[in-house]
Parts: sequence; structure tokens; C-alpha cells
Amino acid sequence: MTRTAHRYLPLLLLALLWEAATRSGLAAGLDLPPISDVFAAWFQMVRSGELIGNGLDSLYRAGAGLGLAIAVGGFAGIFMAWFRHVHVFLGPLIEIFYPLPKSALIPVTAFWLGFGDGSKILLIFLGCMLPVTIGAFNGARGSEPVLLWSARGMGASRIRMLWDVVVPSALPELLGGIRTALALAFVLLVTSELISSRQGLGFMIGNFGAGGVYDAMFATVLTVALLGFIADRTFLRIMRWALRWQE
Amino acid sequence: MNKPQIVVDRVSHGYRPAHGRPVRALENVSLEVQPREFVALLGPSGCGKSTLLYLIGGFLPTEEGQILVDGSKVTRPGPDRGIVFQHFALFPWKTVRQNVLYGLERAGIKRAEREERARNYIALVGLGGFEDSYPAQLSGGMKQRAAIARTLAFDPGILLMDEPFGALDSQTRSLMQTELLGIWQRSPKTVIFVTHDVQEAVYLAGRVAVMSARPGQIKTIVDTSFDKNDPHIHKAKVFVDKVDELWTLVRAEAIAAQGAHA
Repeated sequence: MTRTAHRYLPLLLLALLWEAATRSGLAAGLDLPPISDVFAAWFQMVRSGELIGNGLDSLYRAGAGLGLAIAVGGFAGIFMAWFRHVHVFLGPLIEIFYPLPKSALIPVTAFWLGFGDGSKILLIFLGCMLPVTIGAFNGARGSEPVLLWSARGMGASRIRMLWDVVVPSALPELLGGIRTALALAFVLLVTSELISSRQGLGFMIGNFGAGGVYDAMFATVLTVALLGFIADRTFLRIMRWALRWQE
Repeated sequence: MNKPQIVVDRVSHGYRPAHGRPVRALENVSLEVQPREFVALLGPSGCGKSTLLYLIGGFLPTEEGQILVDGSKVTRPGPDRGIVFQHFALFPWKTVRQNVLYGLERAGIKRAEREERARNYIALVGLGGFEDSYPAQLSGGMKQRAAIARTLAFDPGILLMDEPFGALDSQTRSLMQTELLGIWQRSPKTVIFVTHDVQEAVYLAGRVAVMSARPGQIKTIVDTSFDKNDPHIHKAKVFVDKVDELWTLVRAEAIAAQGAHA
């Protein structure tokens, strides 16, 4: 308990500094509202349901996009490592698509699927799929031949070897790829909602910013940061549990 | 004379590395192993003894010559031939118990019997109490015990062992040798055991096939069958003489191998 308190002490200090600087007028030129006003706006928006409604919209988009990316990317990466033909076909596509900043696709997905959920889910799916695919591919390719022999010598079929040896061998790097994708999902979510949306946390930030409602804008920004932090910590716990067999 | 269980008939094998010249690992190797026999393949490193074991296991394709096990040609690995690898090859994401159960699951054995067999073999190799440990939590000797339990549990008629004690300290190795000998004496299994340790070969095997290096050939086969249950066997004259005889043969091969490299 005290350790956790110590760890987050710098955050508390930053909040106090923020409050002091704004109340004393030192930050007058920045249009920065005092953090107490930001908290007040936050509680008000939670009570009105505005933050929760838009938050759920955003979480649904991020969750659906990321979920699809994990399913498709995981399979693609493992199949690429296991079947040479899949690698020959997908390898060059990934090489070309990987360096493209996925935010460049925001207008494209909006043009295809409009301003609703679909375009955000597609964008997050496209952006998150590659880190997952590459993690799964590298992990699966690193399967130790002697473990494959071992399974085969005990009577495992090819499909069983894939499931019993290749998939668990891929797990550490696959989960690492998913963690990268998780962070990316938040980036793409907020960016796309800022640009082409009428709901969601990103839309709120843009809308409050344009309207000069800075306390509510900062409250939404802090909400996004908190959600990202909770998602990452939760995933880290799942990852530690799934990899408890590692030294 | 019984019908041999394993017949290696004029087998040659080459590796084609991605860069450089192809390597002849085995040249015209023939060997017959009787049921219940314990044969050691002894030779300097790089003599192709592991390659021969992998060919018998069906992990590598036999391209020249043929290998018969119980009268039929080896084309793929199978649970009739259990292999114990030098570096254990335990599944790191499975506990000791789950590792031992794996071969039994693949063999389609009923759950209750699987569990009982796993328990018995884990106890046999002295790993009781470590059933739920992951390999990463075990010492080298314990990992090798787990690997041996895993292979014994699905009851293969033939045990192929690739320097299984090579990575262990000398005390653990000596204990494991005694245990393996006991297991072999109690259960009707044919064993082919790859090693470069002369004392180990003489202590465990009934026959020792001495291999020469590059290309690997069986140079001679030495009979080492005498009573192994004497607690002071390492000092017995018959043991010391056999070790001496084999040392001379192996040393000649090692020197020849060095010369070939220079």
C-alpha cells in the first residue's frame, strides 16, 4: 500500500503544481483551467452520463477493432510461420503496409464506412493487426525443432503439433505484439474520433477544445489516459499469468 | 539367435549445409540390435552417432540403405521408439505432470489410467512432490528425470537416448546411470544409447559400437556384457580392462579426427 503511494507521489506533486500555478496566475497565458475545476467538470460529466455514454462508445470501437486484429493477426502470423506458401503470399504485403502511418487511412475508412462505428473499428483493426501478426510470426518461427520432434515422436499429428507446440512457443512474442497493439488502438481511436466522428471520447476532446470548454476537455483527456493505463496494467497481469512457466 | 529387432543396413547419410560443401555424416553403417539389448554408440563428437539415432527414430529420412524396426521400414517417428534428447526437450509451458501425460494423451489412454501411470513414473524417477513444477523451476538433473519419465510412461519398446546425461554434473550422472540400469533390468526394453563417455558406455551397455569420425562408420563392436550390479564395479578388473580397451580405440579415432581437420 505505502509502496503504491510512493510510486504515484510524483503524480500528486504534478497535480499540486498545476493547481498552484493556475490559482496564482502564473499560467495565465496558457488558458489552463485549475485541476480542481477539471475534476469538478469530470464529476459533472459522469453524473450527466455524457462521459460514460461516449466512453462506452469508444471502448466498444477499440475493443471490437483490437479483438478482430488479435483473432485475424494471430492466425495469420502462425500460419505464415507454419505454411511457407502463406508466408510467400503475405510477407511482401506486410512489408509494404507496415511502415504506412495508419492514421493516413482515416479519410479512407470514413469514405468507405461513414462517420459511425464501422470506420473506427476498421481503422483500429488494420492498425493493430500488423504488430499482432508479426509477434505471432516471430514467436511461431522460433519454435524449437526438438520440441516439434518430441511431440511428433509421441504420436502428435501435424495439427496437434501446431496447437500443442507452435502456438505456445509463439505466445510470449504474440502477447508482446498484442500489448503494442493495445497502445496503438487508443492512439487510433482518439485520432479518428477527433477527425471523423460525432460520438466518443476523441470527439468530446475536439468538440470541447473548439468550443473553449477547457475544463471538460482536460477531464476527457485525463479519462482517456486513465483508461489506457488501466487497460495496459490489466493486460500486463494477464500476460504474466499466461507466461507463468517462463523463468 | 533371435531375430534382431532393429536392423541398420548399409546406411549412409549426408548433410547439405546452406553454404559450403556437403558433409558425409554416415558412411555405409550396418548394425543389428536384438530385443532387450542395451547398445551404446560411442565416438568422438561429430562422428554421426546422433544422426544414426535420429535416423532410427525416423526424424531424418533414410536416403541410402534402409532401417528396419520389428521387420518394417522406418519412414517416420512413432511411439514404438521413445527418444530422450540431450537437452531434455520438455515442453516449458507444461508442468512435470502435464509433460508426462502428453504421450499418454496422444496414445488415447483413458484418463484414470493416464493419471495413475503419470504418478507412478514420476515417483519412479524420484520427482514426487514436483508434479506441478514447470521445467524452468527444476535443476538439470530433475529436468532429465522428467524427460525420462515422460518417455518411459508411454511404454515404448525401444528407448533411443541421445547423450541424455551429457549436461549433468558427475554425481547426478552417476546416480542417473544406476537408475537407468535398474529400469532397464526391470522392464523389457531395447536401448540404444549415444555417448562419448567411455565409462558410461561400459557400465550401461551390453555391447559398445565404436564409431569413427567423418564420415561416421562403425569401426568395431566390443562385448561389454558382465554383471553390472557389483557396487564396486568401477574398480573391478573386467570393468577397468574394458574401459582401457575402448579408450585406446576411441583415442585413435579422436586423433584421426583431429588430423582430418588440420
